[in-house]
Amino acid sequence: MKASTLLTQIGLGLMLGIVAFIVFGPLLNLAMWAFAEQWFYPNRFPTDWGFAFWERVFRPRAGAWVSLFNTIIVALLAVLLSMALAIPAGYALARQALPARNVIMLLFLLPQAFPNLPIFVNIAAIFYQWGLNGTLLGVVLVHSLPGLVYAVWIATATFATVDRSLEEAARNLGASPLRSFKDITLPQALPGLLAASIFVFLDSIDEFTGTFFVGAPEITTLPLLMFNASMGGNYQVAAITALILLIPSVGFMLIIERFLKADVLSRIGR
Amino acid sequence: MQSARGTLLVLPALTAIALLYALPLARSLITAFRSNDGSWTTEHLARAFSLYGRDVLFSIGVVSASLVLITVISISIAGYLVLGTTPWAVRLLRWLYRWPLFIPFVVSGQLARSFLSTNGMMNGVLVETGLLAAANAQSFLDWRGLVLTFAWKQTPFVTLLLAGAMAAIDRSHIEAARNMGAGRLRCLFNILLPQAAPTLWVGLILSLVAMLSVLSVPLMLIAGNPTMMTSMMAHRITYYGDYGIANALGLFSYALTAVTAWVYLRLTLRREANP
Repeated sequence: MKASTLLTQIGLGLMLGIVAFIVFGPLLNLAMWAFAEQWFYPNRFPTDWGFAFWERVFRPRAGAWVSLFNTIIVALLAVLLSMALAIPAGYALARQALPARNVIMLLFLLPQAFPNLPIFVNIAAIFYQWGLNGTLLGVVLVHSLPGLVYAVWIATATFATVDRSLEEAARNLGASPLRSFKDITLPQALPGLLAASIFVFLDSIDEFTGTFFVGAPEITTLPLLMFNASMGGNYQVAAITALILLIPSVGFMLIIERFLKADVLSRIGR
Repeated sequence: MQSARGTLLVLPALTAIALLYALPLARSLITAFRSNDGSWTTEHLARAFSLYGRDVLFSIGVVSASLVLITVISISIAGYLVLGTTPWAVRLLRWLYRWPLFIPFVVSGQLARSFLSTNGMMNGVLVETGLLAAANAQSFLDWRGLVLTFAWKQTPFVTLLLAGAMAAIDRSHIEAARNMGAGRLRCLFNILLPQAAPTLWVGLILSLVAMLSVLSVPLMLIAGNPTMMTSMMAHRITYYGDYGIANALGLFSYALTAVTAWVYLRLTLRREANP
């Protein structure tokens, strides 16, 4: 009995070890490339370690700073635009009897329900006619499409969880609709709206396809920089850029569970 | 009055979706059937199929293989998370499996490029542990790499949904079955999985859409032909400016998603008809 439990424990440990290797092996390999100064086949490990490529990437006036700056500006503007459109829409969808509400909800679902590459390709063709290709505004708009979809769904779910009676009490005490929204509804919905903003922000930071068609080559974001470095065979620069891209994704995801409460999650799609 | 104000509040977002989604969608559908002189034609579809038929089949193959892999692994992980009896192992697995969920597709492409190459860590470990002769080490950066990368990236997502659905199932069902002497594997396949199947389907369909949308990973992993439809669409646009054929290829990817969604709907309707 004792021996068999011991054997089970060892077997479990072995299995989990394999899972850990599959999950973290690729990340470890990437980290090795980020600090490798010399690594030729068939050496199992880099023959020279160091920060030389980090200096190259972060040299003043190197492409990385511009890309980093573009990435953050675009992500912030995409959050602003998506949330500015999604907050009123989400409030109306959650609170007011709208004609064809289900059709509207479905319309905001479609962009995620079908492959989006043809959409990006045709957005690029339309933007080209409008003179938006290769501009910051064009990239912000193309990033706002997936952003808006997430934002509307989460905002609708969030406003649905806000207690209605408090709003009615405020209105009865003579507050204007705008005032009761600003002072009562908005503070209660803030955690969900913040979560939506974080989703839009992360999605924009990682966005590749839209930027590839609309922004390149004038506007380069970090994912494009990473892609170009990798295709150019510069694995060190690609690895360093990839590591930078991982920081916000992993960081935000670790804290997002605090913002997105279970009661909001359970209402998404209702 | 109320509904008029509501409509006014939704209008800006609706306009944005119309301009950024409905308009390009309409353009993609129309361009696929329009010849250069403006008449309607199915020539783009025929040419897309004769030029890229192999790529379409390749895409279907890669996506199906990935979905099979994702299904098998996510059922195993979710099943263990719900039925596992060793607390430390369950806790560790729950912490481990989620990581790729947070990693962008572009980055997973780069991860695969270094990990799965001839000199990558996977071959390194296989050779060091004696599972592979050094002379036989080969690069996995072909359809196999694509399948592995897609599975690596999407399995946590499907597992997260599936484990959630399984955890929501009434524990008393499982305990009753366990008391009657049913093994854990039987509990998984006869009780948990049938009830959680709709969630599994949703996860798989969303993964299918993701795999048919990603451009960076196939561009980074596959150099020649055949490759994924997304790669070929981008190729057609960047090198030929040929929107007709690119949009015809897009139509194939819509059709593939639509067929899968239709199968899912049929299964759900049948389940609801005779529960």
